Amino acid sequence: MIRLSNVQKTYAARRGSDEHVALRGINLDIAAGEIVGVIGRSGAGKSTLIRCINLLETPTSGSVTVDGTDVTTLSKRDLPLFRRQLGMVFQHFNLLSSRTVFDNIALPLELAGATKAEIAKAVDPLLPLVGLEDKRDRYPAELSGGQKQRVGIARALSSNPKVLLCDEVTSALDPETTRQILTLLKDINKRLGLTMVVITHEMAVVKALCDRVAVMDAGVIVEEGAVEGIFADPKHATTQSLLADEFMDFRAGSDANSTPKTNTTTSGTAAGQEG
Amino acid sequence: MFSTLAPILLQATGETLYMVAVSLTIATAFGLPLGVLLATSGRGELFEALWFQRVFGPLVNATRSVPFIILAVAIIPFTRFVVGTSIGTSAAIVPLTVAAIPFIARIIEGAMREVDGGLIEAAQAMGARPVQVVTKVLLPEALPGIIHGLTLTAVTLIGYSAMVGAVGAGGLGDLGIRYGYQRFRPDVMAAVVITLIVVVQVVQSFGDYLARKADKRNI
Repeated sequence: MIRLSNVQKTYAARRGSDEHVALRGINLDIAAGEIVGVIGRSGAGKSTLIRCINLLETPTSGSVTVDGTDVTTLSKRDLPLFRRQLGMVFQHFNLLSSRTVFDNIALPLELAGATKAEIAKAVDPLLPLVGLEDKRDRYPAELSGGQKQRVGIARALSSNPKVLLCDEVTSALDPETTRQILTLLKDINKRLGLTMVVITHEMAVVKALCDRVAVMDAGVIVEEGAVEGIFADPKHATTQSLLADEFMDFRAGSDANSTPKTNTTTSGTAAGQEG
Repeated sequence: MFSTLAPILLQATGETLYMVAVSLTIATAFGLPLGVLLATSGRGELFEALWFQRVFGPLVNATRSVPFIILAVAIIPFTRFVVGTSIGTSAAIVPLTVAAIPFIARIIEGAMREVDGGLIEAAQAMGARPVQVVTKVLLPEALPGIIHGLTLTAVTLIGYSAMVGAVGAGGLGDLGIRYGYQRFRPDVMAAVVITLIVVVQVVQSFGDYLARKADKRNI
């Protein structure tokens, strides 16, 4: 579905900053329907990598093939049409404060020139899917972080994309909300058969969501494979240290568990409510 | 006394409002696209055009650095060319508009630059064309700031319109100068000042109301 071949990205030197190489020859194959995680520390190049897939960043060299088309050769006119086949979800949600939940989800369809009837037909079923039926006419300022991210996910799905790009989608959320959002994404992957690329710095996200994982460090993929294999036998030092962080989180988490939680909801339902 | 003062005060207020409304409308028609382009033509921006920045940036600054009363006198030939005369209420609209265009352009530019860059990226990821990023994202998100800015412009224009009164344009400023100052009528002067205060209050309150209504960031 997605193939990156020897993708390099260099930011040219500007006044005040030296030349910066973000990606040094990335090769990555992502099959249809698969959830692939890309994990790494800040500055490893993972955000640049995901932006090379929908050409928010143009690779300096190498090719990016999505669904059989080399997208790096697309013209400025065709680029928006290509991007409408991909949905993207962001760390900081990036919702329009001036639009209601419904109108935010409708935006990709509006941009594609859909009629009001087509928009209603596409958006109305998405509201229950992400558990926001009762927030239809609310503004983002009236929503919690988790609810905002649900709007972000519904918006990314509204144009019926083949691929969902997730850029640190749970990094601004608390642990309980993170679990709910990850469950929702997993559920969407099963129901709609979407291909997903998930950028994260947390191994817990990879563990909960991904089939396969690529570990990045300094613009290179240092280790790649099935999630179970990587967790069982991490070879590269970066992978080991990321897993060590996870263990620390686990320890911290178990300490936190000793304080009684109130009003615990099961994170299993897509319609789970949060704060 | 009031019966003789009321009609001329009313007429002067009408002239002031007419000058401000017309110049604000025309200046917005020019200032809006200018502001949009100033906000989006920088390096790596939607409509990258560095020549535009280099030409219009300094031009806007230059116009804004000329004191209004000097500008009004300096462009008299241009005013005469546009409306056929340099005296009167309609003639005053020309310098008012010329002064307001760069003011509005900078206000629109500022309000648009306040919009979170993440929203531009999100819109592009959804397949928005550059024009759609402006019409569907930047302008709606910047609207509260733009309304505040246009209110500020309107209030400034009320002040400026009093100044063009000094060069024979009519309106409240003209009334204050001719009756209040030159004919030693403190009652007229007081009436003019009070009317100006009331007009500014009403304009500001109305602008604040519209901006609040458009702002969905704090509900």
